Amino acid sequence: MINIKNLTKIYHASGQEIVALDNVSLTVNKGEIFGIIGLSGAGKSTLIRCINMLEKPTAGSILVDGQDITKLKKHELRLARQKIGMIFQHFNLLSSRTVFGNVMFPLEIAKVPRQEAMKRTHELLELVGLTDKANVYPSQLSGGQKQRVGIARALANRPKLLLSDEATSALDPQTTRSILQLLRDINKKFNLTILLITHDMNVIKEVCDRVAVIDNSRIIEVGDVLNVFTAPASPTARSFVNSVFSREVPSELLHRSATGNDRKDTWLVRVAFIGASAGEPIISSMIRKYDVEANILYGNIDRIKDTPFGNLTLELMGRPADIQEAMAYLESRGLEIEVLQNA
Amino acid sequence: MLDAWLMDRLLVATWETIYMVAASTFFSYLFGLPLGVILVITEQGHIMENKTLNRVLGWIINATRSIPFIIFLILIIPITRSLVGTYIGTVASIVPLTLAAIPFVARLVETSLKEIEWGLIEAALSMGANTWTIIAKVLLAEAKPSLILGVAITTINLIGYSAMAGIVGGGGLGTLAYYYGYQRYENTIMWATVIFLIVIVQGVQFLGEKLAQKASKNRG
Repeated sequence: MINIKNLTKIYHASGQEIVALDNVSLTVNKGEIFGIIGLSGAGKSTLIRCINMLEKPTAGSILVDGQDITKLKKHELRLARQKIGMIFQHFNLLSSRTVFGNVMFPLEIAKVPRQEAMKRTHELLELVGLTDKANVYPSQLSGGQKQRVGIARALANRPKLLLSDEATSALDPQTTRSILQLLRDINKKFNLTILLITHDMNVIKEVCDRVAVIDNSRIIEVGDVLNVFTAPASPTARSFVNSVFSREVPSELLHRSATGNDRKDTWLVRVAFIGASAGEPIISSMIRKYDVEANILYGNIDRIKDTPFGNLTLELMGRPADIQEAMAYLESRGLEIEVLQNA
Repeated sequence: MLDAWLMDRLLVATWETIYMVAASTFFSYLFGLPLGVILVITEQGHIMENKTLNRVLGWIINATRSIPFIIFLILIIPITRSLVGTYIGTVASIVPLTLAAIPFVARLVETSLKEIEWGLIEAALSMGANTWTIIAKVLLAEAKPSLILGVAITTINLIGYSAMAGIVGGGGLGTLAYYYGYQRYENTIMWATVIFLIVIVQGVQFLGEKLAQKASKNRG
């Protein structure tokens, strides 16, 4: 759906060159929810704005549905933009129009006949659950309702792609969840490709299929959300994952296990359960099968999009050979093992 | 006390003032509104970026605004004469009033439009809106309450200017006050014109605020 090649964006500000995007390449598949996560200033906002040319790239190409968006003439770009919806952090609703008028605006722009546009607007308001607010002005809505209007507006011209620019960053956690749920629903219902940017790993966890980590104007990691969560490769990705799942072992525990039993080895390992394995009694069967003792230091279970995902920090005590065999057993049952400390 | 004749003169002069001010407000917006829009959209990074046009326009506007009205009035007599045939009288004073108000209106409109958040323009661009749609349905529509207040400010300013035009024979309450009040020391007339002007100005301000309120009803 989106194919970005060697995208570079350089700003010139008071004689200085600021590189906002440095040779970024990225592919977003049709029908997936793709997240780009990065800290503020990393370049994610510039990246998403290049996709509908709100920012003009300095170099590189962006193919949206096979069409190079950077090479379009003005009126061609306007037509292309009508098929790319966008929602914003601060909603950007027109205060001079009612909810109905706001949702109808893109249809007016696309010159849809009035009768048809009104019918479509009713449909959209029903989709986002705001039929009763049709004649209300945006100032009378809550943040979550405003974003629902934003989503209805973005979907008006039946886009093939939805860009989400920090759409939940101004909302409280509960409202965020309901908006993310709505995004998942429309993704499924219309097979709509969604590209979102965020600085909140929870958003990635809740809705995304794949994720790219952007740091210092470059994409440093891309992968399935599950893989990035279970085995983040870059320090930036690791710190994002830590922001959602506490992965750090308190130093007191590390210290304690280091000075543990001197006849046996004590290994500190982290075990990640993904999907079905999260429901099986694997640890207890490991203890029965091998001559190791296990001490559970920390554990949690959560959900990444639709997949259950568990995390367990264990102290394994025994002879090194036994510990290694036990770990091999866990891996054979589909668990991800990470050795934090062996002594 | 005011006798019937003076009262009659006063009413005629009031009508002349209203006529001059209304016509020059109308014409100054006819030209000033588009200029204000151009000032905004030709700015760097805006929807019709054009540095040269923006700078030239800005310079002309500043230059015009820096001439005191009373001097401007005399300076453009040739233009007034070529347009109206004379430079004395109510119709003739509409020319300098309009020309003086155009740059003022352009700056007022510019200020109103700049209050609009860029995000709204960005949203319209993302929907594929063209320049005209953004001007009409985003910029002007969103700035409507503020633009209405601008009209009230312009009108009140023009009432003041029209009195100055009156001194050089422009007609209206200014002329009346000058001839009777200043040259003949007729205080009654002087005070009567002042009271009439106060009433008109208050009325315009009140109306402007009411209309602006109505336009911004329910908005946030």
